[in-house]
Amino acid sequence: MALATIEGTQVHVDDEGFLTDYDEWSEDLAQVLAARIGIGLTEPHWKAIRFLREDFKQHGETATIRRITTVGGIPTKDLFTLFPKQPAKKMAYIAGLPKPRGCV
Amino acid sequence: MKRLVILGGGTAGTMAANRLRRRLHPDEWKITVVDKSEIHNYQPGHLFIPFGIYGPQDVVKPRRRFIPDGVDLVFGEIARVVPEENRVLLADDRQLPYDYLIIATGTSPRPDQTPGMVDGEWHKSVHEFYTLEGATALAERLADWDGGRMLVHIVDMPIKCPVAPLEFTFLADSFFAERGIRDRVDLTLVTPLEGAFTKPVASKHLGSILEHRGVGIEGDFVVERIDPERKMVISYDERELPFDLLVTVPLHMGADYLAASGLGDDLNYVPVDKHTLLSRAHDNIFAIGDASDIPTSKAGSVAHFSMELFEDNFVNHVRGRAMTRPFDGHANCFIESGNGKGLLIDFNYDTEPLPGKYPLPGIGPFSLLRETEANHWGKMMFRWVYWNLLLPGKPMPLEPLMSMAGKEAEALT
Repeated sequence: MALATIEGTQVHVDDEGFLTDYDEWSEDLAQVLAARIGIGLTEPHWKAIRFLREDFKQHGETATIRRITTVGGIPTKDLFTLFPKQPAKKMAYIAGLPKPRGCV
Repeated sequence: MKRLVILGGGTAGTMAANRLRRRLHPDEWKITVVDKSEIHNYQPGHLFIPFGIYGPQDVVKPRRRFIPDGVDLVFGEIARVVPEENRVLLADDRQLPYDYLIIATGTSPRPDQTPGMVDGEWHKSVHEFYTLEGATALAERLADWDGGRMLVHIVDMPIKCPVAPLEFTFLADSFFAERGIRDRVDLTLVTPLEGAFTKPVASKHLGSILEHRGVGIEGDFVVERIDPERKMVISYDERELPFDLLVTVPLHMGADYLAASGLGDDLNYVPVDKHTLLSRAHDNIFAIGDASDIPTSKAGSVAHFSMELFEDNFVNHVRGRAMTRPFDGHANCFIESGNGKGLLIDFNYDTEPLPGKYPLPGIGPFSLLRETEANHWGKMMFRWVYWNLLLPGKPMPLEPLMSMAGKEAEALT
């Protein structure tokens, strides 16, 4: 775990640059993080990001793609269009949440 | 007379029945366990069946044998819980009123949830090993399989015993090598996660273990459907993976009656407080074992470690006192790695698996995140421990909360 400075704000991040403190995230920060992985955030992106933030607050775990689809109401195909190649990982990165978990 | 109803007589439900019968006076509390099956399966043993290491007879015993005297065991299908009326309805119209309810009906593989999975090729070229029936069918298939492209596939997380697909892959590698056909098997692990290992320290220690065995990895693979005619697994981002033999871990879900009762989330898991296992919606309902939504592994070890704390918390709660023993998500899993060796991991909500020794710091006998023969023997001995110590709720020399003693914390830096 290390400190990184993003747009003048100090945040805690892990080895891969994922934020490790839920409360250090902001929507401005999300724009910067998204730009770093080549994504410009539009309203459909925000719908997914906001769902992930809210769901994590309630359950303490990053939602799976299936959960974003069944509970968040965003079709899986759309997630692959909005966040190409690795939607689960990219959404978690932008939303300032841990990567979807394996156990090892 | 107060009534406690426990739904499910598997690992968690049986432990709870044994422990709570000793804690709640029989003159004051009637305890009832409900299960649909008269057979108790030793589920960790299912992994060994496809390779002929265990047979079906090695993993089953009568459920009644593990339910203590003084507890009623009711066999029946649960139709619904009516929380507003404190009542359980069975499919045959029997009713079980309760004062307190413990939900312990676990989680089950649901092949019906992936289009194409149960069509045509089910138990022919498409298999699973989580059920006794599935593991037995796969054993028959593997006995005369002479090679080809084999995929070990995970539909989605969470699954029961999340290391089992890895163990299956390791055991398959050894099995084919022993039969002299390893060079004719193209073995690939297909996962919705970014790789086989996602936690940094475990990745560093185990990252190359599959590569060394010539196992390919297809990561970030979110399955959309299976095409049984073309024998392809197809992802949402339109990757197509051909197979001769597909060993899949289907989507896992909690029991359907929980959805019908309004007690489950989108996967039928019961939302609970992760430290006390008390339902977030009802003050007289708990969910233990795999049935809850706590963010740790769905595994027997979690059911076991949480149980000692749960027992005290439950007794305090029904007496109107505070629940003072918070659970930390402690999990501990042997990972069979083939060739008579195994790994062990130990972790909780906040701490990822680290190298070290377990349970005695510096001594072991088990080694964390390292392949040893002792770990393998620990796994094989565990079946005896399960039937004779764990289910009856007898004392074991293991602390319920995870400890940093014996772990190499410097691995984190």
